[in-house]
Amino acid sequence: MSHWPWFAVALLGAYHGIDPSMGWLFAVALGLQERSRAKLIESLFPIAAGHLLSVGLVVALIAWAQAVTASQWLRPAGAAILILFGIFRLVKPRAHPRWVAMRVRMPELALWSFLMASAHGAGLMLFPILMDLPMPAGMHHRMPGFALHGHPTVLQGIAVVLVHTGSMLIVMGGISIAVYEWIGLAILRSAWINLETIWAAALIAAGMLALAI
Amino acid sequence: MALWKPDQTFYPSPRMAMQAPPEKHAFVVAFNPTAQNGKPDALCVLDLDPKSPTYGTVVGRTEMPNAGDELHHFGWNACSAALCPYAPHPHVERRYFIVPGLRSSRIHIIDTKPDPRSPKIVKVIEPEELAARSGYSRPHTIHCGPDAIYMSALGAPNGDGPGGVVLLDHESFDVLGRWEVNRGPQFLAYDFWWHLGYDVAITSEWGTPNMIENGVVPDLLLSNQYGHSIHLWDLRRRRHLQAIDLGAENQMALELRPAHDPTRAYGFVGVVISTKDLSASIWVWHRDGGQWAVRKVIEIPAEPADESQLPPALKPFKAVPPIITDINLSLDDRMLYISCWGTGDMHQYDVSDPFHPKRTGTVRIGGIVSRAPHPKAGGPVNGGPQMLELSRDGKRIYVSNSLYGSWDAQFYPEGIKGWVAKLDANPTGGLTLDREFFVTFEGERPHQIRLEGGDASSDSYCYP
Repeated sequence: MSHWPWFAVALLGAYHGIDPSMGWLFAVALGLQERSRAKLIESLFPIAAGHLLSVGLVVALIAWAQAVTASQWLRPAGAAILILFGIFRLVKPRAHPRWVAMRVRMPELALWSFLMASAHGAGLMLFPILMDLPMPAGMHHRMPGFALHGHPTVLQGIAVVLVHTGSMLIVMGGISIAVYEWIGLAILRSAWINLETIWAAALIAAGMLALAI
Repeated sequence: MALWKPDQTFYPSPRMAMQAPPEKHAFVVAFNPTAQNGKPDALCVLDLDPKSPTYGTVVGRTEMPNAGDELHHFGWNACSAALCPYAPHPHVERRYFIVPGLRSSRIHIIDTKPDPRSPKIVKVIEPEELAARSGYSRPHTIHCGPDAIYMSALGAPNGDGPGGVVLLDHESFDVLGRWEVNRGPQFLAYDFWWHLGYDVAITSEWGTPNMIENGVVPDLLLSNQYGHSIHLWDLRRRRHLQAIDLGAENQMALELRPAHDPTRAYGFVGVVISTKDLSASIWVWHRDGGQWAVRKVIEIPAEPADESQLPPALKPFKAVPPIITDINLSLDDRMLYISCWGTGDMHQYDVSDPFHPKRTGTVRIGGIVSRAPHPKAGGPVNGGPQMLELSRDGKRIYVSNSLYGSWDAQFYPEGIKGWVAKLDANPTGGLTLDREFFVTFEGERPHQIRLEGGDASSDSYCYP
């Protein structure tokens, strides 16, 4: 059986790990402000936790929808949400929560990350992948996917969230430590390409893909 | 329009901004002191490219739609603060100026692209709208923040207090409203800036519009009624934290220059005049345990003068006060520049140790008594170094000579002839006059100068 959905889940996590506005840059800033690498590393975990919560919520919502709605509606509805959200991100690329500042407590940092990931639609992007995860052996659902009842599929959902966030944390940690220790923030001026537009386009494409498959 | 890469004039840290290429244009507002003639104020563009045939001349000019605005300070829509990690928007452009009229309270949004030599007015916010949405009037300092544009205002629409800070949306430029949630004892307003690394804002005090618009009121000054405190605020929660009184005799605590390095929690404030001895002073605010404290670190004395050489307002004192009206701090937090509009001196101090500044250079141009000549003017000039702007690399200083219409008339009653001069600074100590650079303004007076791409008082940084 193909492993591509898991690679895709991990790749999306890595993408959020690379995006400076999703957290690594904040961790570097907090580390630089205190001149402490320990502070940087400490900051990575609440950022990952907030991201996990945001993605987990979306995955749980999809699972719940799978459990309670007629399955033939789920795919078009999810796809429509993806496309509409993508259009929103294209039209308002800089819409993000205006909350907190440089002096953050760790729970606030987690909430900030949750808000940023949610406003970004981080979890939404998992929808097409979730729809195509292979049905675990022994399950007799009408459609492949997973539901709240039935342990293997709940575990599958949890695994998706963990793989995604784990991948994000590893990439985010690597980049932030490399930037803090060796590369320096001048890299932002050349390497910080406008991911917002790419991301918005990707959301729309993923919505279309979910419809097409 | 969103960019694909961050605006190349944004720098993560002030240290990196010092590597920026030299500026090619300056923008300077020119104020018409005789607004009765119906001629509006203008935003002028100076050519600063030494290789250009029009170097050192006015190459662009955008007139305001109305006369009598009294353009004064202005600032950018976006700057390096857009790179701050908690609300990043690195792909916006440094492009628009927010240009308020200090007297009219009318705010102009001016586009400097695609041709910086012909800026275009794209939006005008009328004073009624500013008043209705914020309760404030007489807009002054503009700073591009991480999440909005912040603008200080001297008072209420009726000319009384309190003055405070207004937020503008950094995309639509709509007036969002009053910034303060809890202003505590703060009533007078003037300048506004922050320590982004500490979530702390600082405000200073001049006077309400009624106290300043018809000139400095001697009775108010001699009874120490003008502002003499600075205020520290929780920038995030918008609450007053602490007022620090510099002492009632230290009248008019104006320009605030916090350290550019966001990890440094100190800054400099200039006091215009002491009613004890007419001296002017520079103070450092700094963290002291959990509180903030101030210390006077520079005092510049008045110079004795013959009564016959003094304007009526100063005759009784038989001295020229230095009158510190503007200060500026180099991006490495090393050099502090001080304009003494009364004596005509521009000082450079090494403030590597902020508590023990060392004077490293002085140049005199104009001055109430000295009228020190500029070689290019071919004789004495009037007014004195006032608004000063420093290039990001810390090597060039541009300075204009007008303070504020009604106050110009009291200290230079013959009428200030507007000019912009340039000084060359050695970033490690030393200051000389550029004998070739001297821009004059006919019937107009230049005030704040902003440099293309940013300068030493335009940007804030979230990374050291």
